[in-house]
Amino acid sequence: MMEFPEDLRYTKAHEWLRRKGTEAVIGITDFAQDALGDVVFVELPAVGTQLTQGQTFGVVESNKTVSDLFAPVSGRVLAVNQVLRDEPERVNEDPYGAGWMIRVAPSRSEEIETLLDAAAYRAFVASEQKT
Amino acid sequence: MLLDEPLIFERGSPGRMGWMLPAAPASIELPRELRREDDLVGMPEVSELEVVRHFVRLSQWNYSAATTLYPLGSCTMKYNPVVHEALVRLPGFSALHPLVPDELAQGALDLLAQLEEALRAVSGLDAVCLQPAAGAHGELLGMLLVRAYHRDRSDARRRRVLIPSSAHGTNAATSTLAGYEVREVPVDQRGLLSARAVAAVMDDSVAALMVTNPNTLGLFEEEIEAVAALVHERGGLVYMDGANQNAILGVARAGDMGVDIVHFNLHKTFSTPHGGGGPGAGPVAVRAALGAYLPIPRLVRRGAQLAWSEDAPKSIGRLHAFDGNFGVLVRAVAYILRLGGPGLTEATRHAVLNANYVRARLRGTYHLPYETPSLHECVFSDRDLQEHGVHTVDVAKRLLDYGFYAPTIYFPLVVKGALMIEPTETETKETLDAFVDALLRIAEEARTQPTLVREAPHRTRLARLDETRAARRPVLRWRPPPRETAEIS
Repeated sequence: MMEFPEDLRYTKAHEWLRRKGTEAVIGITDFAQDALGDVVFVELPAVGTQLTQGQTFGVVESNKTVSDLFAPVSGRVLAVNQVLRDEPERVNEDPYGAGWMIRVAPSRSEEIETLLDAAAYRAFVASEQKT
Repeated sequence: MLLDEPLIFERGSPGRMGWMLPAAPASIELPRELRREDDLVGMPEVSELEVVRHFVRLSQWNYSAATTLYPLGSCTMKYNPVVHEALVRLPGFSALHPLVPDELAQGALDLLAQLEEALRAVSGLDAVCLQPAAGAHGELLGMLLVRAYHRDRSDARRRRVLIPSSAHGTNAATSTLAGYEVREVPVDQRGLLSARAVAAVMDDSVAALMVTNPNTLGLFEEEIEAVAALVHERGGLVYMDGANQNAILGVARAGDMGVDIVHFNLHKTFSTPHGGGGPGAGPVAVRAALGAYLPIPRLVRRGAQLAWSEDAPKSIGRLHAFDGNFGVLVRAVAYILRLGGPGLTEATRHAVLNANYVRARLRGTYHLPYETPSLHECVFSDRDLQEHGVHTVDVAKRLLDYGFYAPTIYFPLVVKGALMIEPTETETKETLDAFVDALLRIAEEARTQPTLVREAPHRTRLARLDETRAARRPVLRWRPPPRETAEIS
């Protein structure tokens, strides 16, 4: 059974965002890691990079495919998960925890309100699986 | 019988050698710069027979077009006639130094001139460059020509390249490398690029459209003329990726479709050995308006003589040392001369017939995502096998048990779980039937004994490799284990 924690916000491109005070942590969802299969490489931006909502901020590569990562919000990158460089499998094992990807300082907090909540994302995933 | 075989480094014994060399006279002192200071620990020390057995055994693990049907979609793994190998080894070709004066290389230059002429004829375009060393290199030349063309007209607005979602993956990489932004144009429900979709995104910022025709679904772009007219109207150029020309050679010409630039994959369409990294050849043909920008040197006629000329002020410069991969060009000319014009057309028709025979026999059993009539290859998906827990990769692995190389899988990306089959014209009906029968049996196995398919292959020397570990923790280089006795006298 896939997990979509209630305290996170989601995108239709299958990223999640967790608010932490004025900052936000970003990763890919349980559905995304399952669809990708074994993740073998994660390419993340440099600290300090300015992200724009909806634009790519990195690449995740699995045995099956290579996918772009899309920024859920605009903002500046404060930190990236260095562990993923040597242990990309964390994304599969713990997508909402040890598999986090970047921490950002959102520049337009109203963008967060445009993201899906867990119920809406769950419904979106269900509709995706039907097609 | 497949024999196990260690690495060559793991064979042998210290001090063993294949050749007994005479002892060096004490009076010879090698100059310091020629002496090797580090020792040779880790180098294989093996007999000649060990070397022969090592490489013969490794060769027996190979799958190749010489062993079995090689139906890799998009790759055109047709048979490479052995006589071409004999021809390319003629000393006049193989021993020719690339710096020999033009007047002493007239035969080789004449061969290149013949190839240029043949490629102009089959493309319906005006000028040819033989230098690109592979398809993607030809693409890069094409996009550099696009840049040179717009720059020469002082048209600085153009920063985008349109690429349909059914294009070759290299197209986007090429455009990026040439400094352009890529804009993807979705294909319609037929799997085709529509004039309407192009019209929606075509504007003055578009430098060119890169279109693969037929596309990676094996479908002919029916609206190509209208699409090209739209692009030209707004000042853009049309680049055609010619990787799939085995479907149209001698039947349809890029120039007649409104294409301005096209590349050929001689190693695919014109039958020269490829796979495993080349060498290839990706000549480019262009319309007269782009001829001025082609690389130097150019082949020109001076009276009865052929010569290289660098007199081309608008040229983008050199693309490759000398004139490309000459051996591949020789094989391509041999192929063209052996078949002749009508023969090339007939080969195309057979390639299309073979692919459609496979498609007709498999449809109904395997899901066909696009019903549009296809040309030289056909694309199925694993949709109807998924309820049994069997996926495209399992079908591909199980095919190995039946003695066939697997088709291209999970490409093109527009089809989920794609299985892309290109049999080429060189296969007999018997081989095609055996291949189709194997795929039909595998579909049956997927229903009745899915584990058998999921755990395949069972008859190869190794079964499933740990691809995840290979990607996450690749061992890219063999390193010698520490030796207990490293003294070599």
